[in-house]
Amino acid sequence: MPETLQITNLHVAVEGKPILRGVHLTINRGEVHALMGPNGSGKSTLGNAIMGHPNYEVTEGAIELNGQDILAMDASERARAGIFMAFQRPMAIPGVKMADFLRHATTNVRNPQRKEGEELIPMRQFRKELTAKMEQLKMDVEFARRYVNDGFSGGEMKRAEILQMAMLRPKFAILDETDSGLDVDAVKLASQSIAAIAQEQEGGAEMGILIITHHDKLLEYNTPDFTHVMMGGRIVETGGVELARELYTSGYDRIRSSYPEEAAVEDEMQQAAAAAV
Amino acid sequence: MSTDLLEDVALGEINKYDFITPTHEVFRAQKGLNAQVVAQISEMKREPAWMRDFRLKSLQVFESKPMPRWGGNIAIDFQDIYYYLKPTTEQGKTWDDVPQEIKETFDKLGIPEAEKKFLAGVKAQFESEVVYGSLQEDLAKKGVIFTDTDTAVREYPDLVREYFGRIIPPQDNKFAALNSAVWSGGSFIYVPKGVKIEFPLQAYFRINAERMGQFERTLIVVDEGAEVHYVEGCTAPMYSSESLHSAVVEIIVKKHARCRYTTIQNWANNIYNLVTKRAMAYEGALMEWIDGNLGSRLTMKYPAVYMMEPGARGEILSIAFASKGQHQDAGAKVVHAAPHTKSRIISKSISKNGGRASYRGLCKAEDGAVGCKSNVVCDALILDPKSRSDTYPYIEVEEQDVQIEHEASVSRIGEEQLFYLMSRGLTEAESSSMIVSGFIEPLIKELPMEYAVEMNRLIELQMEGSVG
Ligand SMILES: Nc1ncnc2c1ncn2[C@@H]1O[C@H](COP(=O)(O)OP(=O)(O)OP(=O)(O)O)[C@@H](O)[C@H]1O
Ligand SMILES: [Mg+2]
Repeated sequence: MPETLQITNLHVAVEGKPILRGVHLTINRGEVHALMGPNGSGKSTLGNAIMGHPNYEVTEGAIELNGQDILAMDASERARAGIFMAFQRPMAIPGVKMADFLRHATTNVRNPQRKEGEELIPMRQFRKELTAKMEQLKMDVEFARRYVNDGFSGGEMKRAEILQMAMLRPKFAILDETDSGLDVDAVKLASQSIAAIAQEQEGGAEMGILIITHHDKLLEYNTPDFTHVMMGGRIVETGGVELARELYTSGYDRIRSSYPEEAAVEDEMQQAAAAAV
Repeated sequence: MSTDLLEDVALGEINKYDFITPTHEVFRAQKGLNAQVVAQISEMKREPAWMRDFRLKSLQVFESKPMPRWGGNIAIDFQDIYYYLKPTTEQGKTWDDVPQEIKETFDKLGIPEAEKKFLAGVKAQFESEVVYGSLQEDLAKKGVIFTDTDTAVREYPDLVREYFGRIIPPQDNKFAALNSAVWSGGSFIYVPKGVKIEFPLQAYFRINAERMGQFERTLIVVDEGAEVHYVEGCTAPMYSSESLHSAVVEIIVKKHARCRYTTIQNWANNIYNLVTKRAMAYEGALMEWIDGNLGSRLTMKYPAVYMMEPGARGEILSIAFASKGQHQDAGAKVVHAAPHTKSRIISKSISKNGGRASYRGLCKAEDGAVGCKSNVVCDALILDPKSRSDTYPYIEVEEQDVQIEHEASVSRIGEEQLFYLMSRGLTEAESSSMIVSGFIEPLIKELPMEYAVEMNRLIELQMEGSVG
């Protein structure tokens, strides 16, 4: 039995406003899923809800990891259970060095039972591993001394997210527009690195990946087993790699006309969002 | 995640320094304050007449001055305090001479260990009298004096008399007057011309008797072209009745000399910490205050630099952490009394669990102080809705040709930052603690290594048990 992340009939509201309206998605370890859809359709919302962001309220439905309900777990517990999300817009934490933060994070995720104040993984071992990972990602080691995402360029932030994933070795990873902000060479390297990280998972099993993207580049070395299209807070269509190809070449017109109800909700959400600004 | 994420757990307020060591005092002055008590203190210390007179005059000044009406709420019964207490008859020369129970207290604080490291000299003040001191021999050879102030009055009377009470006269404020009347202990440092001391000199202060005021008096004279870094750490055990700490620190930094004074204070929650600290910096001299304030019921402390001659510089970095039942009214004072003088103030405050942190700062440019520059940055981090932060900047400018900048920011710990860190497996408490240590990092990195570690540890202790 492969390990699974299963999302059933998920409804999510932000500040009382419904965003996701019944999402079904099952990801097995070792699978690559691409999630596409117009801006504002709810892709990041799905990621945040899976990761346990407190402002994303699950009003209905379930998220299960290997059959176990994780809705009651906070983000920290979910991370320790093996879920990771590379954020579309990572937060800056001024004054906190990448290396210190990552050493702490790595210790907790690798030793989920760790109590506050208990030993961190030995400095030497950590540094060795971190340096190796940074080299693979062609990152300057000096980077580890910088403050988390503070003053990082767009591309640096995305690389730093991949570095974190490499260190934390999750079972399931959500990559939210990790390709945006990266230059052509960097996207290729990111795509290769993600594929490599997916292979070297603990216990020999591969990582399950959900790639949220508007482009094809990240998928180059991570051929999707499934492609999902989100519109108006629902996954309206699921296909294989050819669906991804269709979307990033031809756009969402066909989808919109096939699913008029979701397209209408989508338009409504867009208007509401615009009005709120 | 609950919204009252930093809900207080009462036990979290107790820390590893909250222990009491039984003390065998040799002499305890009667409770309360009057001319007789003051004269008795002077007599016990076998002081010269000028010092006894200085004390008695200061007592009159103290009695004539009203309580300050700004800052924090001061509820002290001055007659309910012991003003002098002498724990041992002799000052220890070596570690072996130090009485066992005092050693135990120091062991708990890690003093000998600290000394084994790279400290140039250790003076530890136990209650009112310095009981243990050491100074590296080569420093003594260079003519550096590092002793307790009582000894200095006896052994270097001319040097002490020249500067004592000149920077902070008793008339300055009520608590300076009180200190001038009943002072005991503190450090005296003299660094001769051109002598640069590479390692920090340090003293550990500690209050350990209930209802015992501590009134140490520190005087530092850095002669022309000389350099010194003095470090003072302080942790006090916790008691149920009020304690008062009211120190005076006077510093003279002569032409092209440098002085850095680093303090980390972690007072028990019932202590009033009312301190006057002031330095005068002369031509091309640099004075730096680094000031960390944790604990206490009320701290009022505004390290000052008076820039007296052209090219003098003053820098003040301060961190205040106010938790439940604590009010930190801390800040800085810079006075530009000469042309082309420069000052910089960086203040960071954190308030938590209903604590209150206020920044109070004065920047003054006197008439004729042309081309002087001052930059003030104060940032406050508020950890929960119960806590409070205020800023009281006072700017007095008598000169046109000056450049004064003041920036202030207040932030609340961000939910998005917390979520980001938690999504990497850090617990909520670890995450907020990490955000707080990041917030004060710009100041921590100015501290000597082991103090940085200690400061981080103290902050962690303040943050522990803070999740509801
Ligand atoms: N924290 C939030 N506060 C308020 N509104 C939100 C929040 N998060 C999401 N929304 C709203 O929910 C809707 C879906 O947003 P979401 O970020 O999930 O879209 P997306 O599919 O990731 O879009 P994009 O492709 O532009 O990244 C939008 O209307 C957005 O404004
Ligand atoms: Mg998005």
